[in-house]
Amino acid sequence: MADELQVIEEARPEEIIARGYTFGTVTDQIAAVVLSKHTPIFWFACFAVAIGLLLGFLLAVGALFTQGLGVWGLRGPTMWAWDITNFVWWVGIGHAGTLISAILLLLNQSWRNSINRFAEAMTIFAVACAGMFPILHLGRPWLMFWLFPYPNTMGIEPNFRSPLVWDVFAVSTYATVSALFWFVGLMPDLGTLRDRATNPLLKVLYGVGAMGWRGSARHWAVYETASLLLAGLATPLVLSVHTVVSFDFTVGIVPGWHSTFFPPYFVAGAIYSGFAMVLALAIPLRSVYNLKGLITDKHLDNAAKVMMATGLIVGYSYILEAFAAWYGGNVYEMAAFWNRMTGPYKVQYWVLITCNVVAPNALWFKKFRSSPVILFIWSLIVLVGMWLERFVIIVASLAQDNLPSSWRVFESTRWDWLTYLGTIGLFTFLFFLFVRLLPMISIFEVRTLLPSAKVKGKGAH
Amino acid sequence: MAQIFKKTTNYFAQTMVFGAVVVVGLLGWAVDRTSRSDYTTRAHLEREQPVPFSHAHHVGGLGVDCRYCHTSVETSSFAGIPPTKTCMNCHSQIWLTSPTLEPVRASFRTNKSINWVRVHDLPDFVYFNHGIHVNKGVGCETCHGRVDKMPLTAQENSLQMEWCLNCHRNPEKYIRPREFSTTMGYEPNGDQEEIGKKLIAEYKIQDARALTSCSTCHR
Repeated sequence: MADELQVIEEARPEEIIARGYTFGTVTDQIAAVVLSKHTPIFWFACFAVAIGLLLGFLLAVGALFTQGLGVWGLRGPTMWAWDITNFVWWVGIGHAGTLISAILLLLNQSWRNSINRFAEAMTIFAVACAGMFPILHLGRPWLMFWLFPYPNTMGIEPNFRSPLVWDVFAVSTYATVSALFWFVGLMPDLGTLRDRATNPLLKVLYGVGAMGWRGSARHWAVYETASLLLAGLATPLVLSVHTVVSFDFTVGIVPGWHSTFFPPYFVAGAIYSGFAMVLALAIPLRSVYNLKGLITDKHLDNAAKVMMATGLIVGYSYILEAFAAWYGGNVYEMAAFWNRMTGPYKVQYWVLITCNVVAPNALWFKKFRSSPVILFIWSLIVLVGMWLERFVIIVASLAQDNLPSSWRVFESTRWDWLTYLGTIGLFTFLFFLFVRLLPMISIFEVRTLLPSAKVKGKGAH
Repeated sequence: MAQIFKKTTNYFAQTMVFGAVVVVGLLGWAVDRTSRSDYTTRAHLEREQPVPFSHAHHVGGLGVDCRYCHTSVETSSFAGIPPTKTCMNCHSQIWLTSPTLEPVRASFRTNKSINWVRVHDLPDFVYFNHGIHVNKGVGCETCHGRVDKMPLTAQENSLQMEWCLNCHRNPEKYIRPREFSTTMGYEPNGDQEEIGKKLIAEYKIQDARALTSCSTCHR
């Protein structure tokens, strides 16, 4: 433990780390969350709910596997509904983590140092939740390996002209790069935990994870190169993954899907919902673990600004979408939009407009951005809005497609709900395990934010 | 501070990393080999039959034409398993007392079919028609192998989809003139590719795109 007195002031609005922190106290505070024997009630409460939902998920998947896709509300012509909505929603949420860890690293935005670790964890867990839906929504999920090109005895390959195959590659690459980036970034901190742990078993476990990290100059040089390279790899993924996801729709000729501006619109929506999730996780965590000096109001303010900016792009896209439908003069496109706004899904449509177009404008005001409670509520509004956006795009377009004789209003079943809530349970389960077992804030990167880290060499003056 | 790991742990870690690649590679290879092996496809496995009928004797030795027994091979999807009466055409005259043939005579007396064990069994999701294949110049031998050399009948090929596609993608490599369709040990009179191409034009065999369309076989 650090020998210095812990006199940490409250962070001022513009500060990304409170005054009074030293190398030692930063390490103490973050490592203590993991190494302490005391687990807050808050953690147990959340974890219990998560396990409950996770068991519900197993039940829902069991019902799905034994009885088939009919347990969900999927009925022709709506053969995609909550499954693909959840998939797009979860993948989108992951994007903020990659943006924070890769793009903001390359842009030298040092404030990201305090939030990148748990944002990256969020990415991995969100992608894990997302990745399950394409498999679950297969009629024969046990044949999911057919999605990959491998030398099979059928003598055929997946159809490379299908965006669904591009999806397989986009999401699996994303999962791999994110996991690698996260793990490489964890190594120095695992070294710290190994050295601080008193329990011999923990020492060994953290030691295995640290992979022999000793913090030598050579280790740091290799680490810097590796993390820059991985950031370079991850950066295009922030844009490409959701672009490919949007191709699932745009390549189809369903009215309401077939638009060229879907890729930027989807990427903006992804980052929008992702930052909402970052806020929804950061605000309670920093209160419970008393980390307000490390995740300051400035971080929340910055995240809220990004959320508002991307929210405005999303709002612009909605307007453009409606304008293009009218200006394009295609009767089917116009009918699809008219149905969206006034048809059976009008409630969902106008709620999503309220959540995604009206609500983010409140964040123009500093008063709203500086109140964690309001930001927390707003982030939940955004998450709901973005889920509804995908639902309306997918279901409203499919339920009323080109053949009016086969139109049918989609009705969700209890298994739809349980599957969706179940993945929230899985996400929360994984996330709270992470919070308890690994440092949720990057110890060594936060140390670089301290004034004492800004030492200049003799020649630098 | 005492070291947690010995120095040899480094070698262990390195071995694990590279070993994992090798192990995964070997596993992939093993799965690949197994899925194509005779064990999985049951190729070259001589099936036990109620009567040890020998194609080698009847076709190779006596020169009976395939169509003498498999009468519907040119006109139907199913080549046809001969009724006991077909056997009795000859066996009411020869090998009258052979104990091996008792099940055949019993079947004839009681009017109950012999339960032949099916050797070539395609999955139910595949639509296969013998007639079109024979009429477009696919020889019996091309799929069933040298039946005239099989004392007990076995499946010659894997019957896996990649095997079907070999020919559906490149029929010119396998097509022969119709008059040789039941010939065993056929040798093309000249260059197979050239003959094949000529026959494809003559028999109006569709292009690979139509032949490999999903619904050609999966209807």
